[in-house]
Amino acid sequence: MSAEKFQNPVVRWIDHRLPVFSMLDHEKYDYPVPKNLNYMWNFGVLAGMALAIMIVTGIVLAMSYTAHVDYAFESVERIMRDVNHGWLIRYIHMNTASFFFIVVYIHILRGLYYGSYKAPRELLWILGVVIFLLMMATAFMGYVLPWGQMSFWGATVITNLFSAIPVVGDSIVTLLWGGFSVDNATLNRFFSLHYLLPFVISGVVVLHIVALHRFGSNNPIGIDASGPQDTISFHPYYTMKDMVGIAVFLLLLAMTVFFFPNAMGHPDNYIPANAMQTPAHIVPEWYFLPFYAILRAVPDKLGGVLLMFGAIAVLFILPWLDKSPVRSARFRPLFRIFFWLFLIDAILLGYLGGKPAEGIYVTLSRIATAWYFLHFLVILPLLSMFETTKPLPKSISEPVLGSSGRSA
Amino acid sequence: MAKSDKNQNPAKGDVQEPGRRDFFVVATYAMAGLGAAAVAWPLIDQLNPAADTLALANIEVDVSKIAVGQSITVKWRGKPVFIRHRTADEIARANATDIADLRDPQDDVTRAEKPEYLVLVGVCTHLGCVPLGQKTGEVRGDYDGWFCPCHGSHYDTSGRIRKGPAPTNLEVPPYNFLSDSVIRIG
Repeated sequence: MSAEKFQNPVVRWIDHRLPVFSMLDHEKYDYPVPKNLNYMWNFGVLAGMALAIMIVTGIVLAMSYTAHVDYAFESVERIMRDVNHGWLIRYIHMNTASFFFIVVYIHILRGLYYGSYKAPRELLWILGVVIFLLMMATAFMGYVLPWGQMSFWGATVITNLFSAIPVVGDSIVTLLWGGFSVDNATLNRFFSLHYLLPFVISGVVVLHIVALHRFGSNNPIGIDASGPQDTISFHPYYTMKDMVGIAVFLLLLAMTVFFFPNAMGHPDNYIPANAMQTPAHIVPEWYFLPFYAILRAVPDKLGGVLLMFGAIAVLFILPWLDKSPVRSARFRPLFRIFFWLFLIDAILLGYLGGKPAEGIYVTLSRIATAWYFLHFLVILPLLSMFETTKPLPKSISEPVLGSSGRSA
Repeated sequence: MAKSDKNQNPAKGDVQEPGRRDFFVVATYAMAGLGAAAVAWPLIDQLNPAADTLALANIEVDVSKIAVGQSITVKWRGKPVFIRHRTADEIARANATDIADLRDPQDDVTRAEKPEYLVLVGVCTHLGCVPLGQKTGEVRGDYDGWFCPCHGSHYDTSGRIRKGPAPTNLEVPPYNFLSDSVIRIG
């Protein structure tokens, strides 16, 4: 197979033994992609890029960071002041973390809207949720490393959650801490795991892409491609489209890094950790706020923990909650309305997660949490049973090309 | 029009004139290359010594407190530096040596800005041990300078190798006198 395409003898020698060149060529030219993908399909590549940036900047930061409670905060300040371009690398690392979550949330919302989680892509979706969970663990541990006030107290609050588990809860927390509170043992193991998990994420991303390539991408109208007239090669069309998206992503990232590098962070994390004094309001980073709101909405400690993890668990079983044979929200008018309501609810939960757990905020959090679960566990199943969907087009090309778009 | 006609006749074998598309492709690859270099540079340059390390690259030492015949050791760039306030006898012996006899010929004048104060990097040029001879009572070797216990290198009163496996004299670090009593090393 490599014989046809490559003339360079070195390339042929390598490809015969390790078909990297054939593989790349296949992905670029032979792999069929629906021709109607819109910009919502850019976000997977952006997520991959964000992961790469995080790994490169992270490995470089690890060269100057010291994971010891007495030196951690100072080592970060040294990076900011003394290490050549240290401030730049650090700001890129912490802001790309936020951008990684922005891009992944949009990527997930795309999946929800266009039904990308439906058969035969259920496993692709589940792998994605696994990646999301690993990202959350990695980000949580990464935030602890600078050993600021929020690092320390965020770690204390979240690790304390596990004490809610009956019987073994306290033992588990002691195990996690490696001591009687969040301290040096905790910081060291978090550094080790924070370095490890991105490579685990990379492995799951590979599986995610393999699963994707089994059936190819979904598309905005949710109908399978019926032949070559409905698809185009990845290169040059989607390589170029992705580059536009990448350019916008890098532009926004650069604007943030150079002009508003601390906008998405919390000023309290520039105060060295003090085990004797809790900050006025402990808040996690913005991307955890919706789950934080759900956690605090439930008056019972264990209940809050269960619901918080449950909020992600429902994502795992989504393909079985929404069994509507119509994939795309474009042809599901009722589903579309509830999608936007869900999005508003998720944003509301995020807003509430950043507020103190008092007064009206508590009430609203409970309503918003209830709506979140109602959406997945009640509304989606009901919709899939009773919704009248709009008639689907005959093929991908048909809405654009008319009858000539149908397969011969 | 003429340009595109030329490009449609590749079989003729003559060189095609570069068109707009070629210009764009080359320009794009060039910009991408510049971009990659711009991204790579900070990531590589951060490996270079940081500002605080560079700040320790020079040290100032007050040598006026060193008595005649006494030696002190200071730390410079992570290595020991020997500063010896030499006696007149030691200076005379250093000057009296025949340069031709030395494995690494160097006369004493070039090795000390002021002959009373000898400043040397205290690392044996053989395999890197710290030679003895700084403290009173320590072995100074056959030439009354320094003696490396690891493999038996003998250095003279000017820090030059005389006997043993070391290939070159003890290194003289860059230094200068800021005043009569203070030297700046590095």
